Amino acid sequence: MKEFSNKYIFIFSALMVIVVATLLSLAATLLQPRQLKNLEIEKKRSMLESIGIASTIQTTEILYDKYIKESFVIDSKGETVAGIDAFNVVLNIEHKKPAEEQYLPVFNAVSDNGEKAIIIPVEGKGLWGPLYGYVSLKTDMNTIYGVTFDHKGETPGLGAEINTTPFESMFIGKKLYEADAFVSIGVLKGGAKKDDPHNVDAISGGTITSKGLQKMLLDCIGKYNDYFLKNRK
Amino acid sequence: MGNQEKEPVFSAKNLKLFTAPLGRDNPITVQVLGICSALAVTVKLKPAIVMAISVTIVVAFSNVIIAAMRKYIPDRIRIIVQLVVAATMVILVDQILKAYAFDVSKQLSVFVGLIITNCILMGRLEAFAMANKPWPSFIDGLGNGAGYGLILIIVAFLRELLGSGSIYGYPVMEKLGLYSIGYENNGMMILPPMALIVVGLIIWVQRSRNRSLIDK
Repeated sequence: MKEFSNKYIFIFSALMVIVVATLLSLAATLLQPRQLKNLEIEKKRSMLESIGIASTIQTTEILYDKYIKESFVIDSKGETVAGIDAFNVVLNIEHKKPAEEQYLPVFNAVSDNGEKAIIIPVEGKGLWGPLYGYVSLKTDMNTIYGVTFDHKGETPGLGAEINTTPFESMFIGKKLYEADAFVSIGVLKGGAKKDDPHNVDAISGGTITSKGLQKMLLDCIGKYNDYFLKNRK
Repeated sequence: MGNQEKEPVFSAKNLKLFTAPLGRDNPITVQVLGICSALAVTVKLKPAIVMAISVTIVVAFSNVIIAAMRKYIPDRIRIIVQLVVAATMVILVDQILKAYAFDVSKQLSVFVGLIITNCILMGRLEAFAMANKPWPSFIDGLGNGAGYGLILIIVAFLRELLGSGSIYGYPVMEKLGLYSIGYENNGMMILPPMALIVVGLIIWVQRSRNRSLIDK
């Protein structure tokens, strides 16, 4: 093995750091606009998925404009707040505000057969990082029309299963309310009975993710309680 | 690549670089590298396959870069240099995927981090690429990635089949009607320790078939 002088080692490391730093910052800056665009498309795609419409990267924007008819922001009392763009509300910033000051986004969708649904975003914590998703409700503001979940880094094959169709499809038709009381949807370890209107099966080996998901639904959907009671049909 | 004029690109020696890690020099069962990720991603087949492909690509290309630089890397900081090269590669690939292949990048999510920490990567850079030319290093990377992937896929196949009753997400056990006659999925297969036990079983089978591996 050749011996290198200290001077060589210093110059080598300095050069290496400069080259690597330049490469990485170039990549980050040049690719950022495309990455942000992808995130926006992904958000729209998730919303469409929660009302059962599959889209590809190419068709998302067109389908979004077609199905999502209106969006607005409400406060915790269910009153509409004017002048805020619902699409750009960032949930984890809102969650840090006092309850009365939080903006709650609502998206109204109309399906091909004229059936209406409302879509609300949810966000919470899993085992390794954030969980997020969209829940769509029928106009009775009680029955789940569809859901879509995603996560930053849950364990592959275990907690990460929350974003798969078999898990998500269990939520369809479940009820949020028992008479007038909000009970949310529980994620039960050991399995929920088929006809149980308020619970779904948890994921084996994904206990903390399942619990996080349950808390996310309770916290996020619960905030819309006043709005739901006022507007249900 | 460097040695084309001296020997054919796919000489017997080079081919052996590829085939050895598949069997008698397997990174997981013989070199016992990459065990950590082998238990993290083998609950289902799909993540195992994605991980196998990503590791193969990253090992092969990091090997090439390190092999090309090997004469200029000061011995005393070689591990740092290897780590920087591997980490840079992985982050670059991640950034590019996020911009141009968003779906793939979503699939990979946590794997990207797992690739950097994969012992096979550092093991091959240190043991092979530092002492060999780029082309053999590339083949060595492919071979080790494939050998790693092979074990991952075998373990994931068994764990998914016995633990979740499906193969690549297809519910085989349900279609065979086994649940109606009282069959139950083995929940223990899903837990991480079972990955190690399955790897242990593979090592057992491999060594009892190939005695030269014992006491090596």
